[in-house]
Amino acid sequence: MLDLTFTPPAPKVIQGAREDWELVIGMEIHAQIASNAKLFSGASTAFGSEPNSNVSFVDAAMPGMLPVINEFCVEQAVRTGLGVKAQINLVSAFDRKNYFYPDLPQGYQISQLYHPIVGEGEVLVEMGPGVARRVRIERIHMEQDAGKSIHDMDPNLSFVDFNRTGVALMEIVSRPDIRGPEEAAAYVAKLRQILRYLGTCDGNMQNGNLRADVNVSVCRPGQYEKYQATQDFSHLGTRCEIKNMNSMRFIQAAIDYEARRQIAILEDGGKVVQETRLYDPDKGETRSMRSKEEAHDYRYFPCPDLMPLEIEQAWVDDIAARMPELPDAKKARFLEDYGVTDYDASVLTAEAENAAFFDAVAKGRDGKQAANWVINELFGRLNKEGRSIAESPVSAAQLGGVLDLIASGEISGKMAKDLFEILWTEAPGADPKEVAAARGMKQVTDTGAIEKAVDEIITANPEQVAKAKANPKLAGWFTGQVIKATGGKANPAAVNALVAQKLGL
Amino acid sequence: MTDLNRLSISEARDALRKGETTAKALTEACLTAIEGAGALNAFVHHTPEIARAQAAAADQRIAQGDAPAMCGIPLGIKDLFCTKGVPSQAASRILEGFRPEYESTVTTQLFEAGAVMLGKLSMDEFAMGSSNETACYGPVISPWRRQGDSAALTPGGSSGGSAAAVAADLCLGATGTDTGGSIRQPAAFTGIVGIKPTYGRVSRWGVIAFASSLDQAGPMTKTVRDAAIMLGAMSGHDPKDSTSADLPVPDFEAALTGDIRGKVIGIPREYRMEGMPAEIEALWTRGTEMLKDAGAQIRDISLPHTKYALPAYYVVAPAEASSNLARYDGVRYGHRASLAQGDGITQMYEKTRAEGFGKEVQRRIMIGTYVLSAGFYDAYYNRARKVRALIKRDFETVFAEGVDAILTPATPSSAFGIGEMASADPVEMYLNDVFTVTVNLAGLPGIAVPVGLDAKGLPMGLQLIGRPWEEGALLNHAYVLQRAAGFVSKPQKWW
Repeated sequence: MLDLTFTPPAPKVIQGAREDWELVIGMEIHAQIASNAKLFSGASTAFGSEPNSNVSFVDAAMPGMLPVINEFCVEQAVRTGLGVKAQINLVSAFDRKNYFYPDLPQGYQISQLYHPIVGEGEVLVEMGPGVARRVRIERIHMEQDAGKSIHDMDPNLSFVDFNRTGVALMEIVSRPDIRGPEEAAAYVAKLRQILRYLGTCDGNMQNGNLRADVNVSVCRPGQYEKYQATQDFSHLGTRCEIKNMNSMRFIQAAIDYEARRQIAILEDGGKVVQETRLYDPDKGETRSMRSKEEAHDYRYFPCPDLMPLEIEQAWVDDIAARMPELPDAKKARFLEDYGVTDYDASVLTAEAENAAFFDAVAKGRDGKQAANWVINELFGRLNKEGRSIAESPVSAAQLGGVLDLIASGEISGKMAKDLFEILWTEAPGADPKEVAAARGMKQVTDTGAIEKAVDEIITANPEQVAKAKANPKLAGWFTGQVIKATGGKANPAAVNALVAQKLGL
Repeated sequence: MTDLNRLSISEARDALRKGETTAKALTEACLTAIEGAGALNAFVHHTPEIARAQAAAADQRIAQGDAPAMCGIPLGIKDLFCTKGVPSQAASRILEGFRPEYESTVTTQLFEAGAVMLGKLSMDEFAMGSSNETACYGPVISPWRRQGDSAALTPGGSSGGSAAAVAADLCLGATGTDTGGSIRQPAAFTGIVGIKPTYGRVSRWGVIAFASSLDQAGPMTKTVRDAAIMLGAMSGHDPKDSTSADLPVPDFEAALTGDIRGKVIGIPREYRMEGMPAEIEALWTRGTEMLKDAGAQIRDISLPHTKYALPAYYVVAPAEASSNLARYDGVRYGHRASLAQGDGITQMYEKTRAEGFGKEVQRRIMIGTYVLSAGFYDAYYNRARKVRALIKRDFETVFAEGVDAILTPATPSSAFGIGEMASADPVEMYLNDVFTVTVNLAGLPGIAVPVGLDAKGLPMGLQLIGRPWEEGALLNHAYVLQRAAGFVSKPQKWW
């Protein structure tokens, strides 16, 4: 396995007033399962619909309504499990998590506490070339999302929108293997990347389709290694859970703040209280969400409306056989097959669509050159224009055609850029070869024609000839003049050689 | 024909097919009977317009020769079933004004088979009770009275309205539901037949949930044959209920051969309870003799975990109920308490639920919440689940050893008086379910058949328990018992 060559990054160390501290972080990621229908009802999951328009009788918890599992959501959860190399549990079960809130019509959330569908797996989180953290996944389970309470529309009333009620979520629970704020953000980014490759979650954090609960504790150096050796949590500090984070930047800031808060308490001789906290991005601090007196007793018990969920190994195998190439494998292949740099490989594989575009351009061509063109010209241009890869005016085949013209020496790099510009703005979909021919873009490599131009320039500029003979660095002036005289079509390497020869340099 | 409301379903079906009567005439006879039976307080929402329209449609179908067995048969529907546009409130104040926008699978199937809905029948609130006294509509009064005594008696519960209505000939049959005995106990109290099918045989979709893993709907009828006919129309796989079984529904009526020669009837020794009235004991013995005379073998059997059934039931059922009833919070439908200035969401929940739920429902919600709470879950809920598994195994063992059906008393006594249990320990009331809850815990089919009258002139019934999914065979045993018992008594009309 290629990832065996990675070494783990150093944990983040925070210097307290008195001593050094390390961070220990575990995460629960709530990822909305990409599915047109909800987990237990046929209602739509479309985002941004009119309030309470995507609500079935089941979602509204009308009397006598019953949940029926959406098979596609199960398939998505299995696919996700396979994507993080996890064990798939052929028998799982649903439980009820009971609590009262107006945006939870049933008065309970159907979840999988005791028997999740996905067991242990892992995610490789790269922190630099050859450096990566292996984060263990403890479990992935399916559950229902809640609705939305709206408190700011009326001074006396609260409103509820049940559109999100019952939408399928995957909760992806990691082990406390993450050792710093940057790693935490990188973990979320990597998981998001995998989910998007798999098509099991769109990863839209702004819409709340990917949210993280972050568990943070601090310990003295050396303690984490003891935990690792024994899996005994008593070696670690007391953790606090920061709920509902939906931005990579806030995740880092919140962890950093929370770690420093805990260190200050400990160094003052105090004790960290295990609790749930919220991050306030305006103030840049975390604060306690609820006191112990309000602590929920969720009274979990097996949901009697649903039979245990049994799936067949053959079905899992079939899903496994249809898995796309995932980011780690794709990156390794790009490094090996195309010889691109580690950085370029990361950029190219960030999104599956981008990687596919590059793959099509680079196949059978100079990989490094293809990477340069795709990243600098194409991605750069798309970024500037705020377009996605799917909206690119230049297709992979066209860009490949441009590169072929360069490789065969038919056009120069400079011409290629002009050609790219024409394809982008004037001739979408056109064959680059035909465009180049129609526009007379042809690099002159015929030495006879170039020689004639060189001779003319030398004859016409005796002073420059004298200068160049005295200082050979000035010979470049002749090259420039020749290329100009040939309308930019002369092959610069051929011109250089002829100029040097004629000037006797 | 006169007294059309007194017909059984099979009699009415045959008469309809022969053109001797019409669905319209049957329906009018029942509507008249209902009008005159206000004193029983069985029908709590009347739907004569729906009934007349359905009867007219049924007559048309019959005329066209398309007449399923239930076509044109006037029925009462327990208030626990959601019926589109018709109040469906589980006899609870908390569902005041609730008219569902949907029709339960069971009533949908009955209506598709041509049945006629006369109205909704009272019940114990959320099906919690054994006397129909917890209904928000006030108690249902049994059509039966003790000889020479005008004291009001309970029809049993929770399907007390259904039992009273069928016993008093207000309808030809009624739907019931049974979580711990709520079909069989009231059937026994009122001298009618009630079957709780195998868990999963009948869809729970659109039936207001009490305890989801135990709830099962079934018919309450005047005869075993009627039960077979009506159960057939109610049964079948429903993709909207994940616990509904994807199994074919056999012709239950065809199973009524009256031949049980060589069948093995188990008599469980653990059901011989201390302090059981001699009359119940004697009834049980008589029933045993009847089956023996019909050619069955009688075998003493043991169901060793029986004594733990009632406590386990009163942990599992309230636990599920506490969760199932959380949705009645005043936010979306039903009753919402009027709030004082400054009241927040917590006050809204507390006031709404305190006003909306009766005492017994509140008690069970509290018990259920307690047994599921952190620190008690293992001691109560988990232990009860284990007991449940053992009870199920008890039955599996005797069935594996060749027992075809099990005969037990249906209730520990005949009907008691309204208010008689009011001051008692609630556990006294719970004891009514002692012979029936095992069947729900094990998910088996069970049927109550009227077998005789006690010294006070009140009906007494026996229960037969069958193998899972073998309702046909169970009904056949019940059919034999019914024929042998020859129970034909009807309450004397006083209302």
